Amino acid sequence: MASTNDPFQFQEFEEAGNLLEANRNATTITIEDDITKPEKQRQAAGFLSDRDDEDILASDDKTELLSGQKKSVPFWTFEYYQRLFDVETHHVKERIIGSVLPWPGKNFIHLYLRRNPDLYGPFWICTTLVFAIAISGNISNFLVHLGKPNYKYTPEFQKVTIAATAIFSYAWFVPLALWGFLLWRNNKIMNLVSYSFMEIVCVYGYSLSIYIPAVVLWILPYEWLRWCTIVVALCLSGSVLVMTFWPAVREDHPKVIIGIMSAIVVLNALLAVGCKTYFFSKPEKEPQVDNSVAREITKHPLRHEHLSFTKGSPVAL
Amino acid sequence: MATEAEEEANRPFAGLSDVSISEDIPVEGDISVPVGPSARRGGDDEFSTLDEPVKETVLRDLRAVGKKFVHVLYPKRSSALLRDWDLWGPLLLCVTLALLLQGGAADSDSQGGPQFAEVFVIVWFGSIIITLNSKLLGGTISFFQSLCVLGYCILPLTAAMAVCRIVLVASSGAVSFAVRLAVVTASFGWSTFASTAFLADSQPANRKALVVYPVFLFYFVIGWMVLTFSPSQ
Repeated sequence: MASTNDPFQFQEFEEAGNLLEANRNATTITIEDDITKPEKQRQAAGFLSDRDDEDILASDDKTELLSGQKKSVPFWTFEYYQRLFDVETHHVKERIIGSVLPWPGKNFIHLYLRRNPDLYGPFWICTTLVFAIAISGNISNFLVHLGKPNYKYTPEFQKVTIAATAIFSYAWFVPLALWGFLLWRNNKIMNLVSYSFMEIVCVYGYSLSIYIPAVVLWILPYEWLRWCTIVVALCLSGSVLVMTFWPAVREDHPKVIIGIMSAIVVLNALLAVGCKTYFFSKPEKEPQVDNSVAREITKHPLRHEHLSFTKGSPVAL
Repeated sequence: MATEAEEEANRPFAGLSDVSISEDIPVEGDISVPVGPSARRGGDDEFSTLDEPVKETVLRDLRAVGKKFVHVLYPKRSSALLRDWDLWGPLLLCVTLALLLQGGAADSDSQGGPQFAEVFVIVWFGSIIITLNSKLLGGTISFFQSLCVLGYCILPLTAAMAVCRIVLVASSGAVSFAVRLAVVTASFGWSTFASTAFLADSQPANRKALVVYPVFLFYFVIGWMVLTFSPSQ
């Protein structure tokens, strides 16, 4: 029954309720979030683009609810994938900025994805990151060994394959594992918030976008700078992920919550530190050549290839 | 009687049983459609290129490829490149680029320059992915047209590669690096500009940047390969 005060707003809520009843398999967001979200946005008054967010989000909300449910298309048709690319330039820009500036209380999936996850962002961010790592690693290697007589520059293209494998597996298999785990927990504990697989892939893809400028900064051969940027990037991307998945696990057992959150952060850290160690060689100090070389061998077994390379090239010349 | 007549009528070819053809009467005539002499010659030229000499066939294709090269060098918003697409030009350019990238720091070390196959894979696989991306975003350009455009716009980078090799023969110090950097940057900008002049028109206005960025990345990677080519000493 429509109230006489604001008939249109009341009709929207009723439609949403009907939609939820009609198809329980649809991706759901909590009804409380629909009511409390405008309040939260009004509370976060310091954020400058609040009003823009409200306008864009309100219009997206209305168009989606009024146009009805999206019909499901089988995954082997081209149309299914076309639906995953249904974004515009400003959407992608907003999502990237939202993944870099986490704000307490703003859930990335609810705020930016709005049930419209895309594959454009994750795919091209991962590709850019792959090439950024390979190229920056190459440049930093070159700068570190500049001036040494027996160093011969090689472009090291094989590292692109390794970087691609590492980053795309992180961006694909970790969301898969997380989604499976959340599905399993949802069976045990009735949870109002559930994310679809594409939304999780989307969050992970966009959360990697902070590493692109970080990787470019790693070209400069200063250890303190590299560790600083790792810590900052880790904090930002980790907090975006944690705040996104908090509503999905907060009703669970405390141990499970801690387990999941720490797994998310630890995997992120592993990726960052692993890339830094493998692709970026440490600058060696000249007067302590013997000590540092001995330390490098014990600390980084992967560096053997660099050392054997420098030893082998006089023979090749 | 009536039933017999009906049976006869119902049998197939019932009416022809009385007709007999005498073998003395010759059957002859001309059943071809009368066509004027000029129209017949024109018809042969249009529909059948089997009779022309091989040199003409090859020259015609080469002229088409050359015309598209000129279109790339002076990119205008014309649709000639899109209408008559062909993949000969991209193949030629890819093979030339891959050959020029050989003979680099190709020691027996595993980490050297790109192998011939790697260049091929990057160029063709990259073009296919960019085309798929543009089609998924709702572009109106067809698959092979997009491959054609992306392949032809590698021409400036191939020319830059040739220039780089010539410069490297002369010297390989910092000055030559600066010259190579300038040449590669200019040709990378030219390639990106030329291909977006053709591709951007096929996208709606609010997604143009989404289509242009992968093209930028693609030519950036190829430019990087060209720039970091270091000769064996």
